[in-house]
Amino acid sequence: MASKNINLKLKVWRQENAKSKGQFENYDLKNISTDSSFLEMIDVLNEQLVGENKEPVAFDHDCREGICGMCSLFINGQAHGPDSLITTCQLHMRKFKDGETITIEPWRVGSFPVIKDLMVDRTAYEKIMQAGGFVSVNTGGIPDANAIPIPKPNADEAMDAAACIGCGACVATCKNSSAMLFVSAKVSQLALLPQGRVEASIRAKNMVAKMDELGFGNCSNTGACEMECPKGITLAHIARLNREFLCANVKD
Amino acid sequence: MNVFLKSSIGKKLLMSLSGLFLITFLLVHLVANLFLLGGDDAYNVATHFMDTNPVIQIMQPILAVGFLVHIIYGIIIELQNRKATPVKYKLVNQKESSKWVSRNMIWLGLFVFAFLVLHIANFFVKMKFGEMAEVNVDGVTMHDSYALVAELFECKIFSIVYIIGFIALGLHLHHAFWSAFQTIGLSNDVWRVRLSVLGDIFAVVITAGFTIIPLKIMFFG
Repeated sequence: MASKNINLKLKVWRQENAKSKGQFENYDLKNISTDSSFLEMIDVLNEQLVGENKEPVAFDHDCREGICGMCSLFINGQAHGPDSLITTCQLHMRKFKDGETITIEPWRVGSFPVIKDLMVDRTAYEKIMQAGGFVSVNTGGIPDANAIPIPKPNADEAMDAAACIGCGACVATCKNSSAMLFVSAKVSQLALLPQGRVEASIRAKNMVAKMDELGFGNCSNTGACEMECPKGITLAHIARLNREFLCANVKD
Repeated sequence: MNVFLKSSIGKKLLMSLSGLFLITFLLVHLVANLFLLGGDDAYNVATHFMDTNPVIQIMQPILAVGFLVHIIYGIIIELQNRKATPVKYKLVNQKESSKWVSRNMIWLGLFVFAFLVLHIANFFVKMKFGEMAEVNVDGVTMHDSYALVAELFECKIFSIVYIIGFIALGLHLHHAFWSAFQTIGLSNDVWRVRLSVLGDIFAVVITAGFTIIPLKIMFFG
C-alpha cells in the first residue's frame, strides 16, 4: 500500500496527576504518514507541543514491538485501538482516515489509577504475580533435557498462555474491570507443566484472593477480554482457572 | 467455606449453580404447561398432579431459595463490578468485542424478576390461596386452573406482556447457559461452541414453548 500523509484531529485525555480531575484537550495534527505507528504519531504531537512550549502528553511505551506490555491506550473506544491481536505500538496510522477525529483515553480501571495523562499505574498486576505467579525451585545444577516428559499439546497451551504480556487490555475493556483473563493466563502457563503443577492449587487460591483484594471486578463471561487481547489468550484459560480454584477449595 | 463464598469465583459459583437449578425448573414448568395444548381436562389433571405431588411441594420452598440466591448474588456482583470501574470511558465501542445480551444480564434479569412478580400474582397466589372454581375430572374434584389461564390470556395486553417476558427470559438464557458451565470450569475452546449452541436451542425451546400458550388461547380459545 502506498504511503500518504493524513491530517488528524486528536481528543486526548490530559490529567495532571492521580488526584486532579482531568479533561480532554483537542489537537490538530498535519501530515502524519500512514506508515507511522500510533506511538510515532503521538511522538510527533509531543514534538509539536514542545515547540509550542506546552507540556507533552505522558504515555507508556517501551519496546515498541509488541512484546513488553508497556503501551496501553483506549483508542476510539477500544483497547489498543481498532485492530485485533496487536498492541498500540503495532497499530499503524493506515487504519485511520484523513480528517478523522481520534479519541485517546487511559485505561479506566479502579485498580489502575491514572499517574498522569495517559499513563496508569499497573502495580496491581505485579501484586497478583507476587501472590503466586511463580514456581518455587531450589537452584542447583541444570536438569537433563527431556528428563521430564511433557505432552506436546500441554506445552503448546502453556506457551499460548505464557504469551500474555500483562498489558491490562483485558481489564481495561471489561465492563466489570475483571482481571480474570490475566490471572487465568498466569495460572494456566504454570498449571499445565509438571514443574508448576506442584503449586497449582495454592497458586490459584492466592492469586484469586489477591485479585479480589485489589478491587478488580467479577467476571461475567462477556468475552470482551479475549477479543481485545493482543496475544489471543482465550476464555478457555478462565475456565481452567475456575476449575483450579474450585478444586483447590473442595480439597480443603 | 466462608472465605470461599466471599471470593469472586465463589460468588459466581453460587450464581452458576442456582442458575442451573432454575433452568431445570423452567423445563419442568414448561412440560406441565404444555398439557394445556391437550385441552382443559388434560391441563387441570396435570395441575392437580403438581399440586398434590409431595416432591413438587417439597421443591417449592427450595425453588424460592434458588431464586433468592440468584437474584441477591446477581445484584451484589453487579454492584461490586460497578465499584471496580469508578470512572467510565467517555467513548466506548463495546459492540466490537462483546454481545449486548452478555453486558446486560442484570437488566434482563431484573426485567424477568419483575415479570416473575406479576406471574406469581396472576397465578401462584390465586391457585394457592385464592378462591378457585372447581371441576370434576374422572370423579376427582380439582381446581379449574384452565379457566384461570384462559381468562387471563383472553386479555391481549396480558398475553403481550407475557410474551415479552418470555423473550427477555430467552435472551437471558442465551448468555446464561454456556456461562454457567464456564464458571464451574466445564468448558474449553471446543465445548464452548457446543454449549453455546445447546444453550441457544434451550433458550428457543423455552421461549417458544411458553409463548405457544398465550398464542393458543388468544387465537384458538
